[in-house]
Amino acid sequence: MTTTTVHDNLIPPSERAEPGPSYLSDGHTVASWLLTKDHKRIAILYLVSITFMFMLGGFFAFMMRLELLTPQGDLLTSDTYNKFFTMHGLIMVFFFLIPSIPATLGNFLLPLMIGAKDLAFPRINLLSWYLYIIGAGFGLFVVLFGGVDTGWTFYTPFSTQYSNTWVIPITLAAFIVGFSSILTGLNFVVTTHKMRAPGMTWFRLPLFVWSMYATSLVMMLATPVLGITLMLLIIERTLRVGIFDPALGGDPILFQHMFWFYSHPAVYIMILPGMGVISEVIAAFSRKRIYGYRFVAFSSLAIAFLGFLVWAHHLLVAGISIYSAMIFSFLSFLVAIPSAVKVFNWTATLYRGSISLDTPMLYALGFLGFFLVGGLTGLFLAALGLDVHVHDTYFVIAHFHYIMVGGAVMAYFAGLHFWWPKISGRLYPEFWGRLAAMVTFVGFNLTFFPQFVLGYLGMPRRYHAYVPEFQVLNVMSTAGATVLGVGYALPLFYLLWSLKYGKIAGKNPWEAVGLEWETSSPPPTQNFTETPVVTWEAYQRNLPEVLIERG
Amino acid sequence: MNDFPLFPRQASTIAVDIDRIYIALVLLCGLTALAIVVTIIVLAFKYRRSAVGAYSPEVSAPFWLEYIWTTVPFFIFMGIFFWGAWVYFRAYRVPEDATDVYAVGKQWMWKFQHEGGQSEINDLHVPVGRPIRMIMASEDVIHSFFIPEFRIHRDVIPSRYSFVWFQATKAGKYHLFCSQYCGTDHSKMIGTVYAMEPEDYQNWLSGGVKGSATEEGEKLFQSLACITCHTGDSSGRGPVLAGLFGTTVMLSDGQRVKADENYLRESILNSTAKVVAGFQPIMPNFQGQVDEQKLIYLIAYIKAMKAPDLNPGAGQQTPTGRGSANPLVTVPKEPGQPGTNSAGGSMTTVPAASPPPATPARTSTASPGSPQE
Repeated sequence: MTTTTVHDNLIPPSERAEPGPSYLSDGHTVASWLLTKDHKRIAILYLVSITFMFMLGGFFAFMMRLELLTPQGDLLTSDTYNKFFTMHGLIMVFFFLIPSIPATLGNFLLPLMIGAKDLAFPRINLLSWYLYIIGAGFGLFVVLFGGVDTGWTFYTPFSTQYSNTWVIPITLAAFIVGFSSILTGLNFVVTTHKMRAPGMTWFRLPLFVWSMYATSLVMMLATPVLGITLMLLIIERTLRVGIFDPALGGDPILFQHMFWFYSHPAVYIMILPGMGVISEVIAAFSRKRIYGYRFVAFSSLAIAFLGFLVWAHHLLVAGISIYSAMIFSFLSFLVAIPSAVKVFNWTATLYRGSISLDTPMLYALGFLGFFLVGGLTGLFLAALGLDVHVHDTYFVIAHFHYIMVGGAVMAYFAGLHFWWPKISGRLYPEFWGRLAAMVTFVGFNLTFFPQFVLGYLGMPRRYHAYVPEFQVLNVMSTAGATVLGVGYALPLFYLLWSLKYGKIAGKNPWEAVGLEWETSSPPPTQNFTETPVVTWEAYQRNLPEVLIERG
Repeated sequence: MNDFPLFPRQASTIAVDIDRIYIALVLLCGLTALAIVVTIIVLAFKYRRSAVGAYSPEVSAPFWLEYIWTTVPFFIFMGIFFWGAWVYFRAYRVPEDATDVYAVGKQWMWKFQHEGGQSEINDLHVPVGRPIRMIMASEDVIHSFFIPEFRIHRDVIPSRYSFVWFQATKAGKYHLFCSQYCGTDHSKMIGTVYAMEPEDYQNWLSGGVKGSATEEGEKLFQSLACITCHTGDSSGRGPVLAGLFGTTVMLSDGQRVKADENYLRESILNSTAKVVAGFQPIMPNFQGQVDEQKLIYLIAYIKAMKAPDLNPGAGQQTPTGRGSANPLVTVPKEPGQPGTNSAGGSMTTVPAASPPPATPARTSTASPGSPQE
């Protein structure tokens, strides 16, 4: 047999030798988890934490959708509704989406994919998780003791002067969790530079690693600006130093510039890792090298770079000059190009592939659809004249949910299902997986597509009650959200079920290519029994007999 | 309206332009998305594993494809960019002959002040067929002035004026939404815009008005003792204000600024921020003493002060077009009688103590019984 990526799989699990202590069986005490320096265990800690946060954020979203079933604000009070959308946004952005793929899949896979034993700084990696937990603690305190109503964007002077809620604890939460993401970024960048196995050149890296690298750069460079901005906000709110509040001599628009200087790149922190996952999944389930590997790799870096230059498109109706509006509109169109390049290359990868529509691939194809719609509607918003009308309406809500939920969350689920056998050593029931992917796809479209129409009709965002003519579309959206909720809940059950009852996965159940599939599932604590030496290109199939030369 | 509309009504001159981009983009993007989705489905079916076997051949990639799908989107995007920018320019570049209406946003209501003296809360009456410029400020947090049927949208910010203009094309009632989250009752900060045929609008204008904005401003100008320094002649301790609006002012630090609404606003509230060359920074700050409503009155009054032809050397101002292109409702009558005030005469008593070079010219406009068409 010349293609050795598959041969290990041919040995039935029952006959296989015990793969040595896996990272899961390497200690069963609580301390062995909470004090672990193993990147794989830390990934699991993150996985559990962000799953909890995802459910919490989802609860707030669902309550909002329930409220919006009727035009009158009759389920929640205005203040409660305002708190719910604020906490939905804060939790989903800072405690779910930003850490989602990097801190779980990235943490787990980056060292495996480059043939390393761990990240460059295992202790710092654990520190990142503790920072996340401390930040989340502040966040949960706010949730439990009355909430916050500023909107996740904290616009001044509302947040510094007018809001009477827990603004400071929640900004501290975001401030602290920011350090978690800076440290993760730092760790990934150093690891990618210094810890690659012999022979693993830059252009042999899986595209997931490229996208993690680009993401990490953005995390390191943009997050400090958020920290500074939030600190200034806290200083103004507590010490009444005039920075943003015009009553104190500050400038409220300055806050928006500083906030979006982080928060627009943050969108790319959320979507770039997803793009990396999709590259891996499409390559694996088409059994092909990704078409235009270098273009896909460099488009990640291009997105990371251009993503820093488009922040003021959030301010197009805030009174910036028409000339700076033009520049930011131009740059916003520019950032769409590398994204388009990725979509074209993914599509072209399917050509003459050997395609199977397993669960991860279904999620990935769903991602393509959502990302297409989300990206193309981004063009609507970048077009200046049109943005004047749809700014701050449900059109924007629909657009960024297509990217951040349709895109990033679908990719997260694609990745979770793709690498679940590697992480857990078990296979989930394929039927339920496919069902969940399809339910999610339908539910998502039903939830968010009507919101494009709502937005163009003029329904502003963050409205607790609305004028009656918007009701039909809102009812559709709420119905969709119910379906979507089922789609998101299903994996929780069958994935947990598979931990105990799932079939043993074996090393490489998908017959995918990549170093992470060359070690046992779940991998041993040291990842590889011997350091692999890479002699093949990324995604190269029909490999020579000896895959890993013993080093 | 039908029960399931996909578009808001088109009720302003700009609405058509914006809908055109929208429809073009829906078609362009819809077809692109459809083409890609169909391609994906066809490929996924054609090259399904059960049909093609477990292994895929290595395909040598034609490199030029990459360049095509990088450059073609670029040129298409540039086309959309220029189109969008062109409409944006139109949406925010105010026509010279626009009528000013002042708006103040506060938690959670809209206040409107017409220069003729009418003030309204949450209702805004405007004529069809005439450009209206909104001069907007917030008393507290950031709000946003959004009328979907007019396709216009502009944030309303504390501490400065922002502007937006529109020209209604259809009489009717339209929603005015606050679209920037502003606290508890954000979703109740909804006003109604009444676009009226010109005759109806005139009828509305002539109903129950106390005094025009400029008259109110004049009273404030005296009660706040502005008049003691801004005496109106060049010997005063403050600069001459007559004819100031719309001109370029030389500051003591050598900079030049345009005397627009935001400049007047800042000079009243925080006078030392920009001191006119040749004057001492002795003016008190009125921050906290003058609320948004009073500020509107004062600015309307200062804008209405006309430069006297007799005294062209006073100050550094050179009259420009904008100063006179800031009409109240009697626009058509204006050009014929610059500098004098024969039309109404209600303001002729202005500065009782000083010789009046600061004779406001266009003040009588919409007070009841003034000559209107």
